[in-house]
Amino acid sequence: MFGLANPTKFMRFSGILLPYLIITTLGLFGWGLYMVFTAPEDYLQGPLSRILYVHAPSAYLAQAAYVFMALANFTGYIWRHPLADMAAKNAAPIGATFALLTIITGMLWGKPAWGTWWVWDARLTSVFILFIMYLGYIAIWQVIEDQVKAARVATIVAAVGLINIPIIKFSVEWWNTLHQPASLTTSGSAIHPSMLTALLIMFAAFTFLFTSLLFISIRTEINRRRARAMEMRILQQNIAQTNLSTRAAINNQEPD
Amino acid sequence: MKPLLALFKRDISLFFRSGGGAGQAIGFYLVVVILFPFGVGPELNLLARISIGVLWVVLLLAILLSAERIFADDLEDGSLTLLLTAGPLPEMVILVKLLAHWVSIALPLLVITPLLGLLLNLPAGGLWPLVLCMFIGSLGLCALATIGASILVSIRRANQIISLLILPLYIPTLIFGVSATTDLTFQLDQPYTALLILTAISLISLIIAPFAAAQALKANA
Repeated sequence: MFGLANPTKFMRFSGILLPYLIITTLGLFGWGLYMVFTAPEDYLQGPLSRILYVHAPSAYLAQAAYVFMALANFTGYIWRHPLADMAAKNAAPIGATFALLTIITGMLWGKPAWGTWWVWDARLTSVFILFIMYLGYIAIWQVIEDQVKAARVATIVAAVGLINIPIIKFSVEWWNTLHQPASLTTSGSAIHPSMLTALLIMFAAFTFLFTSLLFISIRTEINRRRARAMEMRILQQNIAQTNLSTRAAINNQEPD
Repeated sequence: MKPLLALFKRDISLFFRSGGGAGQAIGFYLVVVILFPFGVGPELNLLARISIGVLWVVLLLAILLSAERIFADDLEDGSLTLLLTAGPLPEMVILVKLLAHWVSIALPLLVITPLLGLLLNLPAGGLWPLVLCMFIGSLGLCALATIGASILVSIRRANQIISLLILPLYIPTLIFGVSATTDLTFQLDQPYTALLILTAISLISLIIAPFAAAQALKANA
């Protein structure tokens, strides 16, 4: 894992891995969606219950991405691992997107099922807060220009957020609860096996989607940094040459 | 201990001697509280129902919007570097600055809460629970604001981003602050549960804040 701290090694490794990741993601989505549309409908909600297969995996990823982001930040903070910082930075917008997707699919589901787009229920509220925390975290990377400094500050933001997530979740639940309790627990499942298989495949597909997007996004950032470094070098050479020729011109004009 | 005490006095006098002093904080509360009846209508029952929540939100906003001041001036004239490197532990310095900010911003509100309560038709017997819960809750709010201020210390006009950053962290205090006040006011069964949790949240924030802020200031230096 630490060998990958070297961007060149990472580029080579991820370049080989990425096509397989994308193929796996597409394959899992194809299989998962097939299962979703052949799985039985909920007898109460009809086709509406199929939103579950997008809603639940996005909700899981929105939370998992935050934990991943914080862990990557810690790795970067403790071992000065620049790629870990980049992983954290690039995981944030992806996680924020999944949080937003959770909210949007939830609203689309809530309107017909509960009769309202939005209620200030515990789980809805905590996903909304998670989304705001993502925005705050992304803002840190945006406003602090020095990327090394931004990484260190972002770690503190992620750490404080990580400590607070359980507290926020607990207090919001104390405050108001309407959403159904978690259906998948370690002791068993309240979902029928026919639907569960499709759901689990979708969970896997979303996880692979996250990994692929993260890889693409880190690779893009490394390429962008390299391009900027090259531009700077060319610019410096140009300036140096201009200086030389100006000086030469001035020297030539000088009468002796 | 002596330098810390001197710093505490310095911060408070700097706050009160610059730009209107305590009047500034009190003015903010008055404006917001006066705006509410115009916004939701003058019906006394409605005002009584929302008064506890409104006063809590005003306290929260005042602390949030003034957070930038905790470190900004000291950074500008260079005294922050001196404070953090000279003598006392940086964590202690931050704790003292935090408490000074609390005295400057939150204490004036606690003092004029009786008046604001009258304006908003606060339920009878609600005054002392409100002041008590705000006293405890505002310490935690100031602690979290200090974290936000330290993270964005080198950014100009950081107020909007501080709000975005700290707002999620304020929600537990707001929830338990309001429910503790309501439980104590109406003497519901087990009226102290929410108060104890509120105290716990404030204490946790007070412990975390100096360390997180010290790290953030170090990273920003």
